Amino acid sequence: MVEIFGIPSGALFGQLLIGLINGSFYALLSLGLAVIFGMLNIINFAHGAQYMLGAVMAFLLLQWTGIGYWWALIVAPLIVGAIGIVIERAFLQWLYKLDHLYGLLLTFGLALIVEGISRNFLGSAGLPYALPDSLRGGQNLGFMFLPNYRAWVIVASLTVCFATWFVIERTRLGAYLRAATENPTLVRAFGINVPVMITLTYGFGVALAAFAGVMAAPIYNVSPQMGSELIIVVFAVVVIGGMGSILGAIITGFSLGVVEGLTKVFFPEASNTVIFVIMAIVLLVRPAGLFGRRT
Amino acid sequence: MLDVTSPLLAVKDLQAWYGESHILHGVNFDVREGEVVTLLGRNGAGKTTTMKSIMGIVANRTGSVRFEGQELIGKQSNQIARAGIALCPEERGIFASLSVEENLLLPPVIRPGGLSLDRIFELFPNLKERLGSSQGTKLSGGEQQMLAIGRILRTGARLLMLDEPTEGLAPVIIQQIGKTIRSLKQQGFTILLVEQNFRFASTVADRYYVMEHGRIIDQFSNSELDANVEKLHEYLGV
Repeated sequence: MVEIFGIPSGALFGQLLIGLINGSFYALLSLGLAVIFGMLNIINFAHGAQYMLGAVMAFLLLQWTGIGYWWALIVAPLIVGAIGIVIERAFLQWLYKLDHLYGLLLTFGLALIVEGISRNFLGSAGLPYALPDSLRGGQNLGFMFLPNYRAWVIVASLTVCFATWFVIERTRLGAYLRAATENPTLVRAFGINVPVMITLTYGFGVALAAFAGVMAAPIYNVSPQMGSELIIVVFAVVVIGGMGSILGAIITGFSLGVVEGLTKVFFPEASNTVIFVIMAIVLLVRPAGLFGRRT
Repeated sequence: MLDVTSPLLAVKDLQAWYGESHILHGVNFDVREGEVVTLLGRNGAGKTTTMKSIMGIVANRTGSVRFEGQELIGKQSNQIARAGIALCPEERGIFASLSVEENLLLPPVIRPGGLSLDRIFELFPNLKERLGSSQGTKLSGGEQQMLAIGRILRTGARLLMLDEPTEGLAPVIIQQIGKTIRSLKQQGFTILLVEQNFRFASTVADRYYVMEHGRIIDQFSNSELDANVEKLHEYLGV
């Protein structure tokens, strides 16, 4: 066995891969949070619950209607995104002018309700969701074994993240979004229906979380608390990257996944806390986050 | 010029509030097709609020704002923009997260008849040179003002509302903006201007309304300007 820094290379690459997988989910989720925060000024604490709903929806689609993984990847985010739109119209739209705390408390409450309901119906043990047949097996890369499904998750996450970045930073629609983030009143006075754009943005951010949830279902099982376990780390990622920065959310998500994976190899005791240690350091040195704009 | 047809913009008994404070106490004026009309008045007289109320940005308002015969008082600002009114705000409103080109192309075209980009670059040659600039707010103050005016010329809006377009700018830029306004008038745009600088206004305006304490207190045409200079100095406190 080849060793790198005294670590067997198999273990190193294995943890790197796990880091990239976790990073894929951190990136997708923190991207959604960043988009939502930028446009709505809401810290969406329900993001973890919406991620979990995506997985639950995939599970239910399979149980009730026989709709499999690939369709679930599209249908579940649409359903959960639509739920998000209802939440925005019913609750969030009244909070934009208030302190961040109100949005945070409301979405936190929603998360607890959604998790409670899910636990009631699904139990807390976690339900298995089978890998899609087409992604079973894996590739032997010589230095490590790469399961096909994990490779798919990384590629899909990178693709969705890049597409989102492209739409926001390089298209006309994205220019409306960025402008409305800065000065919604003026953008509206140019004839653009900003409230509809805000609603759809929330729906999209929520759908991103649900998409991540569907992808997570075959890896982590479907359980009511899968979101709350992840979301705390994701918030740390967002703080490190800088609230509201699109590219920052993506890069920070992937890199922190890798950092966490490497910590598991070199100093396993710190692997659960390393992200929070980094967060504390970043907050001391650059309070706006690594990619955040000082306002 | 005698115009017996109904005005393009007719504002009647416009009242507006910011929270608890009552800012406009019944503003009455009109703007006819093809005119350049200037609102004069001291700081805090309600000129900007009048524009923002017409545009629907100040939502808490009553009275009547008719544009092309259509009542706009109950409409949202995005609908008012779609009706054909465009605002160039006092603070210019250039977006820092948008490039110069994105800033220029931001306001959607709402009807045909707007200027082409080439025509806009003829009016503001500097803009063309700065088109590649990554951040709209990195332009000089004068260039930002040109961008703020230029971007609303594309939209096809018939009434342009320019809120203090000369504020804080160098004399040579002010001259260029004056030239632009005269050229826009020739091309059939109707312009409502807010100005503190009535010497600048006198080079472009057809008529003036003087505002004080949220009301129109006087009005005269450009030909009557000389006879009213004394009074105007008093109104404006210059």
